[in-house]
Amino acid sequence: MSRATSLVSTEWVQENLSNANVVFVEVDEDTTLYEKGHIEGAITFHWREDLQDGLIRDLISKEKFEALLSKSGISNDSTVVLYGGNNNWFATYAFWYFKIYGHQDVRLIDGGRKLWELKGLPLVTQVPARTASRYVAKDRDNSIRAFRDQVIASIGVKNIVDVRSPAEFSGELAAPAHLPQEGGQIKGHIPGAKNIPWSKAANEDGTFKSNEELSELYKAAGVDFAKETIAYCRIGERSAFSWFVLHELLDLQNVTNYDGSWTEYGSLVGVPVAVGA
Amino acid sequence: MRTCGATPGGPDLAGVDLANQTVIQGVVLRGGVSDGVPNGSPVDNAYVRLLDSTGEFTAEVPTNLEGQFRFFAAPGSWTVVVLAHGAREEVKVQGQLGTPIDLVIHI
Repeated sequence: MSRATSLVSTEWVQENLSNANVVFVEVDEDTTLYEKGHIEGAITFHWREDLQDGLIRDLISKEKFEALLSKSGISNDSTVVLYGGNNNWFATYAFWYFKIYGHQDVRLIDGGRKLWELKGLPLVTQVPARTASRYVAKDRDNSIRAFRDQVIASIGVKNIVDVRSPAEFSGELAAPAHLPQEGGQIKGHIPGAKNIPWSKAANEDGTFKSNEELSELYKAAGVDFAKETIAYCRIGERSAFSWFVLHELLDLQNVTNYDGSWTEYGSLVGVPVAVGA
Repeated sequence: MRTCGATPGGPDLAGVDLANQTVIQGVVLRGGVSDGVPNGSPVDNAYVRLLDSTGEFTAEVPTNLEGQFRFFAAPGSWTVVVLAHGAREEVKVQGQLGTPIDLVIHI
């Protein structure tokens, strides 16, 4: 994958609004945004109700993913174009999700909902009626997902990138500053993790920085691209953003997202924890 | 639109544990006059960014239908940046535990 195949511009979106093979999907943290207005023809997935198992803490099953996409009129050969608020956090999480279940052609709008709005481009409130399809997902591709035991075994061995804000990394805050301060049982970070906040990869308007800037960002922070890299945050969404940067834009294949992230790690009994910058 | 009589600034603080939270919140208005009473039209499609004392990005939220936003920060110096179509505003604030900061930002 690369920037050319994984990312589309707002201009591309405008040119493809009536392309029948393209399905635009908005995925937001603030799930009221879609109702306020969305890109014409776009449907929405609710990050919690649609994309979390609900009973156990996990992704939805293959069968549920197939049902969600079928209900939404997404076919195996659809070009799925994701976007969302909050600099595409949850849209990149959904992108990672589509890759987990093997969707062939999934892309992200560079700048997401924010750039669309900052450009003053039109939003509509009409919810499109889509004809149901028969979607067939692949088995989960866990080569892009990290689990807790792999993370613990990777301390001092692989690159571990903590993409949370410096205040969360150091242990000052337990959650991002727009959320009540709840998180794992304790505060801090995985020992040896490099703190490279997801936000450093984005421009103020929500677009991604250039590949040259991104590559320099990670290398300067001590990430060795020859090694495997695990990205984590608090619940796995922001780290999906950084996973997208490393795996899709920089085209590094040995990158995983630890979606258990700090809410899991920071609650594990007996695992090593570091605090401070 | 003049919102005289309404609580100036951000969302209602009922239910927020102010003793344990450092709240930085407010409202973004377009037009109107900054005369101490919030007036102007709420901007419901702005993005508000919170930067820490070193200018590092910490969080971002979209404004709600009333043009309001809220952050749960920590005590210290913060910068609030408002981005909207054709506008960008910065406000420096000092966060304190227990005393919410309530901003009225005109763009």
